Amino acid sequence: MNLSDSKKKLALAGVICGLVAACLAYFGNPANMAFCIACFIRDTAGSLGMHQAEVVQYARPEIIGLVLGAFIISAATKEYRSTAGSSPMTRFVLGLIIMIGSLVFLGCPLRMVIRMSAGDLNAWVALIGFVLGVGSGVVALKKGFSLGRAHVTNKAGGMVLPLLMLGILVLSIGTTLLKASEAGPGSMHAPLIASLIGGLVFGAFAQKSRMCFAGSIRDIILMKNFDLFSVIGGLFVVMLVFNIATGRFVFGFDTPGIIAHSEHLWNILGMYAVGFAAVLAGGCPLRQLILAGQGSSDSAVTVIGMLVGAALCHNLGLAASGTAANAETGEIVAGAVPLNGKVACIICIAACFVIAFTNKRKEAK
Amino acid sequence: MKEVDARGLSCPEPLMLTADAMKDAKEAVKVLVTEPHQKMNVEKYAKEHGKSAVSTEKEGYFEVVIE
Repeated sequence: MNLSDSKKKLALAGVICGLVAACLAYFGNPANMAFCIACFIRDTAGSLGMHQAEVVQYARPEIIGLVLGAFIISAATKEYRSTAGSSPMTRFVLGLIIMIGSLVFLGCPLRMVIRMSAGDLNAWVALIGFVLGVGSGVVALKKGFSLGRAHVTNKAGGMVLPLLMLGILVLSIGTTLLKASEAGPGSMHAPLIASLIGGLVFGAFAQKSRMCFAGSIRDIILMKNFDLFSVIGGLFVVMLVFNIATGRFVFGFDTPGIIAHSEHLWNILGMYAVGFAAVLAGGCPLRQLILAGQGSSDSAVTVIGMLVGAALCHNLGLAASGTAANAETGEIVAGAVPLNGKVACIICIAACFVIAFTNKRKEAK
Repeated sequence: MKEVDARGLSCPEPLMLTADAMKDAKEAVKVLVTEPHQKMNVEKYAKEHGKSAVSTEKEGYFEVVIE
């Protein structure tokens, strides 16, 4: 099965992944979060006790399913390859940056597209930052940026993250060890089996279509190639239809209850950091999970970086808050990015520049 | 024959190196990549630029010859 050889097939893969996201939102996931990689990694970090934000703790079966889905389909189609050794610690830092940027904006690139499809203008503003971030990564690539070669390793090496994910699933089903929110976004979820199947399907199609939100913009800027963009287009259209059909489409900025804020500069800078770091890491948060599933230990390290980044965001007060209506007075309280988050975001952007211009291919030096 | 060794490199480096090599190559270009999707991307790029691409699987990597 090859889904990446024509734009139509790629768009179809996007449509299927969009349907999965829409179904999960329908069955209980927070509506405009649906299938946010950053939010769900953050919730999973919370379930493991890596942070103590009680409203965002839940071992999201979608994340587990994505990694396992990619693992199973890549093993079945002989695309599984255990590799490692391409600047793992730099990738760890890029994972941190991706997560901090995402939680300043409140969402990964996938959620940005989902929010855009729900009429959230903040996400359209953030898109400017994301495109600029990807553009900065492209400039670095053109100047010879590289994190070096990965090498083929023992077959079992690439299975560690999928096995750890399986372990989290077993713990969440068979024990009460993991934390689970009783209120807030962490408490809103589709039934476990639906989320797991959704994750497996999404993971398999994402692996086959090479779906990547950073890659889609990167390929357009770098070589006027719209292949990966057609996957995103397919997903956007399905989510747009779903949001309009179910009355979830709300056009505007300060919409309470949708977990977003309207600090435009920080929406732009947060997604700038994400776009920049994602291009340097070779893919968006979703793509990192998929690559980790198909055997890349380097991407697995990026995923661990994202888990730690999520914990830091909540332990050190970096994550933004969403605009919300006060339950008693009905007064709308605007969401905001805390000072710590703003400082962290600037440090992340500076770190992207340092990484971008200090790692070069041997022949490009 | 010009050779591009892109084994183990992250996307989009294999494609960028291939494009660079094809730009000023009058002879055939041999590209080595590790991942199946990178092999496909290189083949597709070659075909889009009016060249033929023949791939063979080696031990742990792919060899794509573009002419």
